[in-house]
Amino acid sequence: MEQQERDGVTTRLPEPAALADTSAEVPEKHLVPVFDAKSVSIFYGSFRAVTDVSLTIYEHEITAFIGSSGSGKSTVLRAFNRMNDLVPIAHMDGEIDYRGVSLYGPDVSPVAVRRRIGMVFQKPNPFPKSIYENVAYGPRINGIRKKSHLDEIVESSLQKAALWDEVKDRLNKSGLGLSGGQAQRLCIARTLAVEPDVVLMDEPCSALDPIATGRIEDLMHEIKSQYTIVIVTHNMQQATRVSDRTAFFSVLRNEKPGGNDTRTGVLVEYGTTQQIFEDPHDSRTQAYVTGRIG
Amino acid sequence: MNGVVGRVAWKVVIAAIVVYLLAPTLVVVLFSFYPSAYLKFPPQGFTLKWYGPHLLDYPSLTTAMENSLIVAFAATVGSVVLGTLVGLALGKYRFRGLGTANLVQFAAISAPDIVLASSLLAFFVTLRVPLGLPTIIVAHIMFCLSFVAVTVRARVLTLDRSLEEAARDLGAGPWATFRLVTLPLIFPGVLAGALLAFAISIDDFVVTSFVSGSTQTFPLWIWSATRNGLPPQVDVLGTLIFVGGLLIAGGSALFGRRGTR
Repeated sequence: MEQQERDGVTTRLPEPAALADTSAEVPEKHLVPVFDAKSVSIFYGSFRAVTDVSLTIYEHEITAFIGSSGSGKSTVLRAFNRMNDLVPIAHMDGEIDYRGVSLYGPDVSPVAVRRRIGMVFQKPNPFPKSIYENVAYGPRINGIRKKSHLDEIVESSLQKAALWDEVKDRLNKSGLGLSGGQAQRLCIARTLAVEPDVVLMDEPCSALDPIATGRIEDLMHEIKSQYTIVIVTHNMQQATRVSDRTAFFSVLRNEKPGGNDTRTGVLVEYGTTQQIFEDPHDSRTQAYVTGRIG
Repeated sequence: MNGVVGRVAWKVVIAAIVVYLLAPTLVVVLFSFYPSAYLKFPPQGFTLKWYGPHLLDYPSLTTAMENSLIVAFAATVGSVVLGTLVGLALGKYRFRGLGTANLVQFAAISAPDIVLASSLLAFFVTLRVPLGLPTIIVAHIMFCLSFVAVTVRARVLTLDRSLEEAARDLGAGPWATFRLVTLPLIFPGVLAGALLAFAISIDDFVVTSFVSGSTQTFPLWIWSATRNGLPPQVDVLGTLIFVGGLLIAGGSALFGRRGTR
């Protein structure tokens, strides 16, 4: 049942290569849109976490989501690989296109979506298995059984995650024995092992020291030519260091008569990282990037 | 000087507690090697003959033991499956009635056996269910379930939810995620619940005696035999259950230690 669903959908989600041919149609030269979010609002029960977000994410770019807590940036990130589907009370209005196909369309399976659109989490969370098994987990799930093939994937994924040299002699040791920075790179290798098109990163460095953070940022630059990356970060310096484009989210408070205040996240401004930090158009963006509000 | 006395006294206290805990069991083990069919203290002589073919001298005892094992295994399997599902639901989800559901679990654990026993009997009689092995099994699953649910829930509460999300993110469906990530992580809780369920089921007397009809289990057989004196076969079976329990507990401790590495 699941297998059927998967195969059916895999053919429906367009391959990145196939889309490269149609790049002439896109408005900006050499910019291929990967995600196109149109008026996205996301609710948890009756709570409107984020309201009316529209933005386009481009191929082989690093896009940073910045903003204060509660501004909905992680919520929007999790909409890109339908991770919010796992929260029973969550639902979404609006539409997100992934390479021209509606991500939430009736024929699209979340399983296929998540395989194509990988995620790295806030806290390094290796499975309580060996380093090898952590990386091989995804390929195995997706039906790769041959040992030599798995070996190959494990090595190349760990290479890409700049972890291979540190762990090649202890692949059978537990992934839980690694330092925080190594564990997070292992999680990145685990994500890359299923050959995703997009890597979503939800504050991937918030639990790491500056040196480990630097290594992850270098790694992002290295893999950028092969993947499209969206990163949520609380660290504005990180956004300026790694990203091509920045989206600034903020909390909007609605004071209703009767004292029933509601708050919701909104996208305030979206542009190239340089423009957002050097020439912000919105006063709220300016206040945030110059550090005047939290 | 004072320190030495204190330390010796401390050791005596500990030894007394250990003796207090183990003495009744050791008496059973001792008697299982006692040559005469009648209990006499102190035991004289040593034999392994009750461990041989003589173990089956009482067919009704053999049947009762078989019944107890059938019930214990069925109750363990049934309560582990249902209890794990309940424990997962209670640990993972926030829903209306969660507090009540948790309370019901603890109520089922803390309710006196005699209350469960009489209400189960009333239930079966009302529905005209013939009493026998099936009713014993249903009753045992019922009172073991809460123990499994509670141990599994405790484990689920410590679970890092992002691990499940990571598995889902790699393309695992709900079932593959459960089998390959969630279940291994909560397995120590499931195993502890299973051992608890087996131990509670195999020696249950009160509830079983109410819902068994004419079916006998090991504890029921012993109870009915006490009037005429217990044959050494009971000591042998008791010893075997005890040793089996030790092996399982030791094995699970080893497994647990390996699992945390």
